[in-house]
Amino acid sequence: MTQLALVIDLNVCVGCHACVTSCKEWNTSGSAGPLCDERPYDANPTGTFFNRVQTFEIGQYPHSETLHFPKSCLHCEDPPCVPVCPTGASYKRKEDGIVLVDYDKCIGCKYCTWACPYGAREFDEKAKVMKKCTLCVDRIYDMSMPENDRKPSCVKACPTSARLFGDIHDPESAVSQAIREDGGYALMPEWGTHPANHYLPRRKTKLKIHMDELERADNPLKVDGQLPKPAKGESTMDDVSAW
Amino acid sequence: MKPAFSVIFLTTLLGAGQGLFLALFTHQTYALFGLLPMQSDAYYGFGSALALLFLGGGLIASFFHLGRPERAWRSAAKWRTSWLSREVIVLPAFMGVVFIYAVVHVFGYLPEIVTLPSGLVIDLSVVIGTVGTLLAFALFVCTGMIYACLRFLREWNSPLTVINYILMGGSSGFILAAFFSATYAPTETDFFVGWAIIITLLAFAGRAASLVRNARLKPKSTMQTAIGVKHPYIVQRSMGSMGGNFNTREFFHGKSASFLRAIKPAFLILAFVVPLALLALGLFSPALLGVAFILQYLGLMAERWFFFAQANHPQNLYYQTIG
Repeated sequence: MTQLALVIDLNVCVGCHACVTSCKEWNTSGSAGPLCDERPYDANPTGTFFNRVQTFEIGQYPHSETLHFPKSCLHCEDPPCVPVCPTGASYKRKEDGIVLVDYDKCIGCKYCTWACPYGAREFDEKAKVMKKCTLCVDRIYDMSMPENDRKPSCVKACPTSARLFGDIHDPESAVSQAIREDGGYALMPEWGTHPANHYLPRRKTKLKIHMDELERADNPLKVDGQLPKPAKGESTMDDVSAW
Repeated sequence: MKPAFSVIFLTTLLGAGQGLFLALFTHQTYALFGLLPMQSDAYYGFGSALALLFLGGGLIASFFHLGRPERAWRSAAKWRTSWLSREVIVLPAFMGVVFIYAVVHVFGYLPEIVTLPSGLVIDLSVVIGTVGTLLAFALFVCTGMIYACLRFLREWNSPLTVINYILMGGSSGFILAAFFSATYAPTETDFFVGWAIIITLLAFAGRAASLVRNARLKPKSTMQTAIGVKHPYIVQRSMGSMGGNFNTREFFHGKSASFLRAIKPAFLILAFVVPLALLALGLFSPALLGVAFILQYLGLMAERWFFFAQANHPQNLYYQTIG
């Protein structure tokens, strides 16, 4: 069983929104029709997006840090939005685990959004159907593209490689390794939805230096207190310092 | 959640229609066993036609909730998993049965189906009425479970949701039946008023119980589980859209906290206290029963508004600050 998913590294996300614009660009241009925008250059602009970057402030000034948090459909392994759909327009693909909406079957009752705790689906006010992240299903299997381009649009756009894409059921995949080795976690685990997308936490790289490492224990200077005075042209003690 | 008026009308109109049909068939059942005088076929026939009007109104209201109403027929497909789909099947089935019940009464087509050993004659309308009663309860369960099955919406995720839909619909329908009888069969009014008082009291208790339960709920999801960061102070600075978006429109009621606080006593008084008082007075002055139904209907609309507005969706954690 394959379960395609994104792994998002919050440690390197800089909140540039490149994934948002690239997602919108790809998905508004496809055969499924545009993702509507209303009043895009006016007051109160609104529109349908599959992916948004949110920003949180953690802690209180001055001990605070900013967290940029990209959020899209998590392609849950047990998606609560799918069984509630009365028409079967919402479905989870067996072959790769992508949760999709059949825009031709959706009646726009919005019941699926009530059943999603993450707010991952957005109603298209012009098409009058529910829309959501497709993991760029019209891209990742497109054999006319070079293999390197067969990735979701957001992944290709990320300038810091904060977004990884792959099969989380394959233990050897890069995403599985990242989840395993870098502390990947799922959002709102309390609901048992088993999101396929994972997030890698912020990590501080710390260098631990012990006191005895600050001074060289076998420094010959400590032996006799005499500064070595090699003549010009002779090699120095450490090949770096010279006097 | 944002209360949608289509759904408020849908659930309140259906409740009144189901309740009225249940009230009429309850009377017919009492009469069948000789506990009450059997009324004319026109009484049951036109009464259930009135119920059908309410059900039809609810059905029409439901279409206004859909983005693509022309595809509504597709929604019967997933009855194995979706309570909404089950409701879509049960509602027209129930309406059909109520229609047949009305027709056999109005046209007096009441062939005997079976005679019980006790000598009790079961005619066609009793069989249809029994099926209708089962479907009326099935419809209540479907409507209630649409909300009660959503485990993230903890204000709804309780058996009380289903029980209250049954009791409030029953209360509304029995008051309507009392008013209908006051006009067409005045001798039977007291029977319906009595049951209406009992059911309204039960509905009052059920709704109060759910209010108490909801007041004690602690949210399961927090900012910490929503973004997976262990820190007591997390504040959203941007939700990723510069105006609102679908998520800010669909899941917030858009009214002030004081409005929400004011509507709670308002619906408790209008939907339960006032009808109970008017029902008691209606024993002597039947015209008040009509007033009781209308005022309670307004109260039930307020109740339904509050039912939606009170439900706090965990997705709201992600949509707190526009920027």
